[in-house]
Amino acid sequence: MTAVEAGSAFNTAVSFVTNTNWQGYGGETTMSYLTQMLALTVQNFLSAATALAVVVALIRGFVRRSAAGLGNAWLDLGRATGYVLLPLSLLFALFLVGQGVIQNFSAYQDVKLTEPVTYQQPKTDAHGQPVLDAAGKPVLDTLKTDKQTLAMGPVASQEAIKMLGVNGGGFFNANSAHPFENPTPLSNFAQMLSIFLIPAALCFMFGRLVGDMRQGVALLAAMTLIFIAMFAVVQWSEMHANPLLTQLGVDGAAGNMEGKETRFGIVASTLFATITTAASCGAVNAMHDSLLPLGGMVPMWLMQLGEVVFGGVGSGLYGMLIFAMLAVFLAGLMIGRTPEYLGKKIEAFEMKMVSIAILITPLLVLGGTAVAVLSKDGLAGLANPAAHGFSEALYAFSSAANNNGSAFAGLSANTPFYNILLGLAMWFGRFVPIIAVLAIAGKLAAKPRLAVSAGTMPTHGPLFVVLLVGAVIIVGALTYIPALALGPVVEQLQLFGH
Amino acid sequence: MNDMTKPSSLPQHTPTQRHARALALFDPTLVKPAIAESFRKLSPRAQLRNPVMFVVWVGSVLTTVLGAQALAGQGEAPAGFILGIAAWLWFTVLFANFAEALAEGRGKAQAAALRGSRRNVVAKKLAEARHDAKVTVIDSASLRRGDIVLIEAGDTVPADAEVLDGVASVDESAITGESAPVIRESGGDFSAITGGTRVLSDWLVARVTTNPGEAFLDRMIAMVEGARRKKTPNEIALTILLVALTLIFLLACATLLPFSLYSVKAAGGGSPVGITVLVALLVCLIPTTIGGLLSAIGVAGMSRMMQANVIATSGRAVEAAGDVDVLLLDKTGTITLGNQASAFLPAPGVTEQELADVAQLASLSDETPEGRSIVVLAKERFGLRGRELHDAHFIPFSAQTRMSGVDIPAAGAVREIRKGAAEAVKAHVEALGGQWALAVYDAASEVARRGGTPLVVAEGKRVMGVVELKDIVKGGIKERFAELRAMGIKTVMITGDNRLTAAAIAAEAGVDDFLAEARPEDKLKLIRDTQAEGKLVAMTGDGTNDAPALAQADVAVAMNSGTQAAKEAGNMVDLDSNPTKLIEIVETGKQMLMTRGALTTFSVANDVAKYFAIIPAAFAATYPQLKVLDVMRLNSPDSAILSAVIFNALIIIVLIPLALKGVKYRALGAGALLRRNLLVYGLGGLIVPFVGIKLIDVALGVLGLA
Repeated sequence: MTAVEAGSAFNTAVSFVTNTNWQGYGGETTMSYLTQMLALTVQNFLSAATALAVVVALIRGFVRRSAAGLGNAWLDLGRATGYVLLPLSLLFALFLVGQGVIQNFSAYQDVKLTEPVTYQQPKTDAHGQPVLDAAGKPVLDTLKTDKQTLAMGPVASQEAIKMLGVNGGGFFNANSAHPFENPTPLSNFAQMLSIFLIPAALCFMFGRLVGDMRQGVALLAAMTLIFIAMFAVVQWSEMHANPLLTQLGVDGAAGNMEGKETRFGIVASTLFATITTAASCGAVNAMHDSLLPLGGMVPMWLMQLGEVVFGGVGSGLYGMLIFAMLAVFLAGLMIGRTPEYLGKKIEAFEMKMVSIAILITPLLVLGGTAVAVLSKDGLAGLANPAAHGFSEALYAFSSAANNNGSAFAGLSANTPFYNILLGLAMWFGRFVPIIAVLAIAGKLAAKPRLAVSAGTMPTHGPLFVVLLVGAVIIVGALTYIPALALGPVVEQLQLFGH
Repeated sequence: MNDMTKPSSLPQHTPTQRHARALALFDPTLVKPAIAESFRKLSPRAQLRNPVMFVVWVGSVLTTVLGAQALAGQGEAPAGFILGIAAWLWFTVLFANFAEALAEGRGKAQAAALRGSRRNVVAKKLAEARHDAKVTVIDSASLRRGDIVLIEAGDTVPADAEVLDGVASVDESAITGESAPVIRESGGDFSAITGGTRVLSDWLVARVTTNPGEAFLDRMIAMVEGARRKKTPNEIALTILLVALTLIFLLACATLLPFSLYSVKAAGGGSPVGITVLVALLVCLIPTTIGGLLSAIGVAGMSRMMQANVIATSGRAVEAAGDVDVLLLDKTGTITLGNQASAFLPAPGVTEQELADVAQLASLSDETPEGRSIVVLAKERFGLRGRELHDAHFIPFSAQTRMSGVDIPAAGAVREIRKGAAEAVKAHVEALGGQWALAVYDAASEVARRGGTPLVVAEGKRVMGVVELKDIVKGGIKERFAELRAMGIKTVMITGDNRLTAAAIAAEAGVDDFLAEARPEDKLKLIRDTQAEGKLVAMTGDGTNDAPALAQADVAVAMNSGTQAAKEAGNMVDLDSNPTKLIEIVETGKQMLMTRGALTTFSVANDVAKYFAIIPAAFAATYPQLKVLDVMRLNSPDSAILSAVIFNALIIIVLIPLALKGVKYRALGAGALLRRNLLVYGLGGLIVPFVGIKLIDVALGVLGLA
């Protein structure tokens, strides 16, 4: 393997440090085993542990009374890695190996195909960029082959933390659609489960730490409600056949199978797509670009909600707590008291930080997309015309700024333009909210914890769950409706409108 | 008019509405100046104070310029459409200005009425603090703190002052509405006199305690005058949220231009969305409803306080009242009417009538409520009339003897009648060589056990019996406490009584807790301990020894009849000196916060309908398929956008009454209250604009405007 181009290196480094795991490259054709294991897998652990340390600091902010400190970040980082991520990853990696995920340092193997295959692929120049003809279309080479090179590598060890740490960066380009990363229906099921494992468990940890399990259950309930509704929409959408393909004589009875792995089928693919974008994982077992417009809108919108529906390890919970403070502030005033959450008053400073945390991602997503669709470099990366091309750019920035890392595969993102812009989106999308969250944590810890009375707004019942879901949905909807209307919504209407 | 004054059977002071004359909501005398003021507030400097409305203001200027450009023939859209939008954007700003001006006008009208009571008067300034010192006659406006003044019968008190010398009866009805004159004298808890009241008899030498413009009233007036009004903490936090929402929508609308440019190119048809439409969309989306009414809500809250004859020193204090968890209430005057004689329990060998007669004689000159009630009870039971006693010598209550009574010269001897606490009378009788009756002791204990106060009466060395004084709990107070409990507010009764008596009264009145045998330092400690538990405490007080506790409490209401020290330590003054009003103050504080929350929720919920109106309209030319989203089936894209803008402006006017009156307060728990308000203002906010925009669109169609 040769050294990657500087822009790509920057993008990849930011991507793994921010727990985004956006991959502008194809793993097996770009990265050596050493890079994958040392540079990428280590960051898979550390980026997840960082967010765990942040969320624990925030929870301590709620729990401590008139305190000056929030604990030792290094200690938390160590605990998160040593007690949680490493042991779980070890067990999960062994399970994956048992299912058939490879773990070796062998050279790539050539196998002979049972019948030769003719295929076309874009011609690339010395830098790996597609060669364009006079009309700006990529030049295609027609090739014929009777052998296939099978990539090998230490996959299972990276696969386990990729899921558990909600990182999502695949060893192979095809990610969890690749048979060596995700060989069986059982491994597929276990991978989905492992994405939600820590984000869901954190809700219970939160309940225990604040001394009221119902508080944690309420957050979990809100996440679950949004998740189930979103899954229903994707599933409903993908059960329809693509009218354009039906016109060509494709049997649409099975629904939209384009871009899905036949080993998994529609339900396992839509469920995976919903889970991976609800959580900020970004691993995929189907190509989201090939989802029908509405089916593709849901994963995009789940990311735009701020990755708070389970979300990332740690980051999902602190994101949801930001929304909880927002919900409490809006509704708290309606009961005639200064809003308080878990006995801590939510005042001007907290609202300022909450605003910053909520504002930064729309700024990156909408601003980045606007730059992309205005500039020549940005437009060059879009694989499809019209509304779908717009969706590709919007999806890329939503994924990067919210640290998801999944891609609408149509976008050619390995260009200096996208590498740098998306890299910046990932960096600010990750660390600006973290700074805001830590600022809130410090401020809250210094406050006294108020006693609960009948006049205190309950934050554990169904009413609060509805309120919290409402806050997440309303903020997400109001921010992104215009953009979504011009992308997936109009595309859906064009596709099915006749 | 005022939601918080609910009918109640509480025997309260007559509420004085004479200064705070209840003006109709849109009283012409308020509306006309408010309209003029709305235009004056169009200056960018005034608008900058309110970031949300400033954005609308900028949008108005921008669309006006675009409209002018269109008139010149180079517009991005028909001039009529752009100018129509511009006009309604200006109206949006004006309506918000009007709401604020109207609220300020009401506050000022009330303040002016209050201020009327302290019109400049002539003050007699003394060279030194002596009654007969040299007098300089000056205008009261030029008095400074520390000046010594002489106030004689018939004079108006020129400024808030503290009595140094003299005793006089003062008519405070101008402030309190209480017609009975009160005695003011130096020292103790009756030394404060308020500017604007009138000395009826005798004279007073007093030291002025405030500079002109610093009195409570002046501070209150400053708070309802927009320019000098400081934002309260919650208001600041809410403004931050509103600014954040505005920025989000600014982002969503600003990026629509490039998105639209791309779409036009990609779809190969239509024209990019115009600046006018984007400005219209932005103004509709940003929280103009709450942004426009926010300061009006704050001013109206102050104004409601003033109407209740409460003067707050800061908006922060009013807001804190809504957060209160614990109310400390003095027993007497707040919870009970005070001790009233309820039975005569004669000693062995004495008839009930004899006892009543003697007790009445002892109480004829006793002006305390207890004394008066004994006279009344004797009259009711035995028809004994109050008698004129000549040559009688009245013995007032003193802390040393702990007895009061009368010496009546009769046939060479003197009838020495005494009444007082059992122990005091026992000591008195035994000192005279008399016999202490065990039966009387038992009767006294029995009274105490029932929660009453036993008053033992003796004539000479003969113990006549016990008068049972019973504390009467005010009617309706128990229901009021139950409401407070539902709201999550705990009531604690403070009393100097012993635990037994206190417990009996507490049970009868339905308070949650009580502090018996309370000294001022106990009160202070109770407040500190409660605060340490993370609770906010409210209390009332009037005496100088209440001052430390008042200063410690989060919401401290000083009685106007109280001392200057108490008034300085508190953050509110109740002109009616009615301790029960603390409950109303809490309700007003809550109402102010609720109104803000309700209108914010309403404002944000409105946006959903506005998206459905404007998005399909704005992109109708590029993507005709989006017409499906036009669920309201509006006449035309232009009409849809105009209708949304008009709705957005008119809703401010429609909600002015709600902003000024406040959301109706209900004594419910937080959960129930939240459910109710979410349903009304959240769900209502979702539905109302769909109906409103459709109606305006139909109206525009009928008028042929779109």
